[in-house]
Amino acid sequence: MSRVDGYGRIDRTRTLAFTFDGVGYTAHPGDTLASALLAHGVTTLGTSIRLGRPRGVMGAWTEDPGGLVQIEEPFPEPMLLATTVDVVDGLVARGVAGQGRLAEVADTARYDHRHVHCDVLVVGAGPAGLVAARTAARAGLDVVLVDDRPTPGGTLTGTETVDGRPAPEWVDAVVAELAAAPHVTHLQATTAFGHYDDGFVLALERRGEGSDGGARARDHRIRAGRVVVAAGAIERPIVFEDDDRPGVMLASAARDLLHRHGVLAGREVVVFTVDDSAYAAALDLRQAGASVRVLDGRSEVPPGWTRRCAELDVPVEAGTDVRGTLGSDRVRAALVGESRREVPCDLLLVSGGWNPTAHLFSHVGGPLRWDPELVAFRPAGELPRTTVVGAANGTYALADVLREAGGEDAPTAPPEEITPRGMLWRTAGDPARQFVDIARDATVADIARAVGAGMTSVEHVKRYTTIGTAHDQGKTSGVLASGVTAELLGRPVESLGTTTFRPPFTPVPFAALAGRDRGDLFDPVRTTAVHAWHVAAGAVFEDVGQWKRARHYPAPGEDMAAAVLRECAAVRGSVGIMDGSTLGKIDVRGPDAGVLLDHLYTNLMSTLKVGRVRYGVMCGNDGMVFDDGTVLRLAEDRFLVTTTTGNAAHVLDWMEEWLQTEWPHLRVRLTSVTEQWSIFAVAGPRSRDVVGRVFGDVDVSNDAFGFMTWQDTTLDGVPVRLARISFSGELAFEVSVDAWHAPDLWARLVAAGAEDGITPYGTETMHVLRAEKGYPIIGQDTDGTVTPHDLGMSWAVSKKKPDFVGKRSFARPVATDPQRKQLVSLLPTDATTTLPEGSQIVALPDDGRLPPPPVPMLGHVTSSYRSAALGRPFALALVAGGRDRVGEVVGIPVGDMLIAAQIGGTVLVDPEGARRDG
Amino acid sequence: MQLITCPWCGPREETEFRYGGQADLAYPADPSALDDEQWARFLFFRDNPKGTFAERWCHDAGCRRWLRAVRDTRTYVFAETGPYGSFPRRSARPERSA
Repeated sequence: MSRVDGYGRIDRTRTLAFTFDGVGYTAHPGDTLASALLAHGVTTLGTSIRLGRPRGVMGAWTEDPGGLVQIEEPFPEPMLLATTVDVVDGLVARGVAGQGRLAEVADTARYDHRHVHCDVLVVGAGPAGLVAARTAARAGLDVVLVDDRPTPGGTLTGTETVDGRPAPEWVDAVVAELAAAPHVTHLQATTAFGHYDDGFVLALERRGEGSDGGARARDHRIRAGRVVVAAGAIERPIVFEDDDRPGVMLASAARDLLHRHGVLAGREVVVFTVDDSAYAAALDLRQAGASVRVLDGRSEVPPGWTRRCAELDVPVEAGTDVRGTLGSDRVRAALVGESRREVPCDLLLVSGGWNPTAHLFSHVGGPLRWDPELVAFRPAGELPRTTVVGAANGTYALADVLREAGGEDAPTAPPEEITPRGMLWRTAGDPARQFVDIARDATVADIARAVGAGMTSVEHVKRYTTIGTAHDQGKTSGVLASGVTAELLGRPVESLGTTTFRPPFTPVPFAALAGRDRGDLFDPVRTTAVHAWHVAAGAVFEDVGQWKRARHYPAPGEDMAAAVLRECAAVRGSVGIMDGSTLGKIDVRGPDAGVLLDHLYTNLMSTLKVGRVRYGVMCGNDGMVFDDGTVLRLAEDRFLVTTTTGNAAHVLDWMEEWLQTEWPHLRVRLTSVTEQWSIFAVAGPRSRDVVGRVFGDVDVSNDAFGFMTWQDTTLDGVPVRLARISFSGELAFEVSVDAWHAPDLWARLVAAGAEDGITPYGTETMHVLRAEKGYPIIGQDTDGTVTPHDLGMSWAVSKKKPDFVGKRSFARPVATDPQRKQLVSLLPTDATTTLPEGSQIVALPDDGRLPPPPVPMLGHVTSSYRSAALGRPFALALVAGGRDRVGEVVGIPVGDMLIAAQIGGTVLVDPEGARRDG
Repeated sequence: MQLITCPWCGPREETEFRYGGQADLAYPADPSALDDEQWARFLFFRDNPKGTFAERWCHDAGCRRWLRAVRDTRTYVFAETGPYGSFPRRSARPERSA
């Protein structure tokens, strides 16, 4: 065991059991998987992705490029960092060979979202963040403080002094003050992973395994007046041969393991540094019982630190470096200096200085600038709403950090000795064994290859070498790669800069982003008031937008084709009933309602008499059809407009847009009443009998109740509207009632039709029936390039109106080109093939075979069905110059065959319209 | 995600809004008076400046009112927003030649 008494914030009174690679181990609450394994001397966790080299823990937290594991229990998750996995009892994990495995079972845990608004968001609860949060809280502001580690304090190890007190006491006091302050939310284990426009920050809170039934993770969507980035800094390695060997670790990681988890990561330690901060790690590990030797790459070593090292028997060598390592799965010796002298060690700590964690500043466009004194890129310039403080801003000394974050009433800390930092990217050695990105197995040789190929931008080098693209997104390797590239190019690193930091800062599970918007809650499902009846009747549903519509009602043993043929025959032979409640309905009201509709429909609506119904087509300014439907005039100043099911919201938006932006002087109000009215189509030669039976006091004769008229009536005091509208060519009534009374009225209509064998029919049958009559479905038979004239609907285009939306475009030469695609019908000459919708149409060669390409396309099949009435399949199609081709036979490639089909007019059933009035 | 100030609802999330393209292009008083090129310019041609741009937005998921905004296309920053009818509109007829 490498656990040291007297160190760490773990609960040694409790023991947890877990397994790694099939072996059982123990841990304590407060342990990460990394600290628990290192406590047991397990240093190799897996192998690398490309070269299969051993990999171990190198960093203490999310910056670690090496310690990837696969979690099996409690829930399978691939490629987590052992340093970020809290050990729970029963944890099962194993090392990965470069790549993890996605779970094959559904994640049953709950995830959720929270929207947060605050004056100040502070990211990081280290000394800078704590002081900043306290200052804001004392000013009475709404404060949110988030920190990604489980406990506050940041990189404070506990050995520092703040305001004359031990740092942990000071941290506890600030946390207690924040907890007592109103309007302060303090979240640990919460990573602010993305910073977006106008103070918008996304933060992921890890909440454990949800034993309390709560969410496993919560995505906080924070809108802050000001974002204070106090995210600290990440230590930078130095590149040397075999620097990827387990046992090579950042100096800060060893210090962190000791002070957080009481783990001494090695007994025989070599510290290789060009920065003073690693001396603290050296002394800490020495005091915890290790033997330590410091190799400083600088010729001038810090005198104060060197003196303290001497007191503790830690030798310091100046002006030397590490050139490589020896060992197998774990480092056994460092190769030091020009002579590659073997210095035995089981832990080799490295520090090449620190990179400010300025990601959240960069996400919103904050520029970084090279600071030669800091030997790092640091935030430069001002951003609205964003402040960077502490190490994230390149301010490292504790006393300076506190002053920068706290201003006037900042706490104080003793001054620190600072000697000039060294800049060292790599030492001399074989570039092919000098690893820059350990997670990607990318070496100095790879960068050299990129540079040799002519790349001079770090963005190009990144993409060529994949450096910085792994789980850690180059937290330790990014700037290092810039430095090595600069060296190879013989240019200063400041001229290269860094690659762009983009969200997310750490990997975020999709499940957490989805939150509760999964499964049934992924997208709203809209059902009609009669949905339960359809379900009970065995309906097969189809999705139309968010609506569930009954597509057909198969009898036992029927497939869709059989059911639809039966339903079609019933409507044409007797009577059928369909739930059309999903049709969009817009109440258009006001003295100028008719004027607005005249502008928007191609035909005249203002001349429609109260009590009558008119079919209308809407076009865009380009003259292309985008919706159609019926319009009922309810009163002089009131119309009810129906739209297609899928286009209801769009049509309302369209009408509002014109009303608000072009004709605001029109006195019209628009209201969606789609949900308020249920509509049933009762269609077929016996529909008059059925409707007459239910509404005994309504004269349903053709003379009293003509086609395209409506009447209001009541049924047991409930208002009902009847309309003679047909989408099948048959005698038909549309029955409208409020949604509350809809199930009852539906049941009464079905009961009243029993003696006529009333048959419920679905959307598929509706589609066949309308196609037999040549009625287009906008969006199926049209595609945004089709005019009313192309559909053969010139009769629906007013010649009287001086203008309407789309009119001017009909006068463009292209709109009157006789070779435009026009809607026609197709009858396959074999009378058996149902042409696939979307099939292309070509000229039929004499030999009946498809010639080699290119073959000019004449058009395509838009709708295709089997017809009960015709006793054969038929189709609608858009064909170039189609109306002039009626009678021609064309070819449709279906699989390997070329199917012949004859072009005809669009109305195939009852072209005289004799059935409309019964 | 930006904040956009709706003149009626105040600052709201960008996802509540729908973009409506260039502002101030009035529908021609008499489209039939335009020749084909002029009509095509009204239909299909829009400015694409680098810098300040007057735009239409609709607060779709809020009050459903259209508004006019002036935005910098380089920075996305909104300089101002106001009710749609509160700014003068210029003639739709394009001045530029082809």
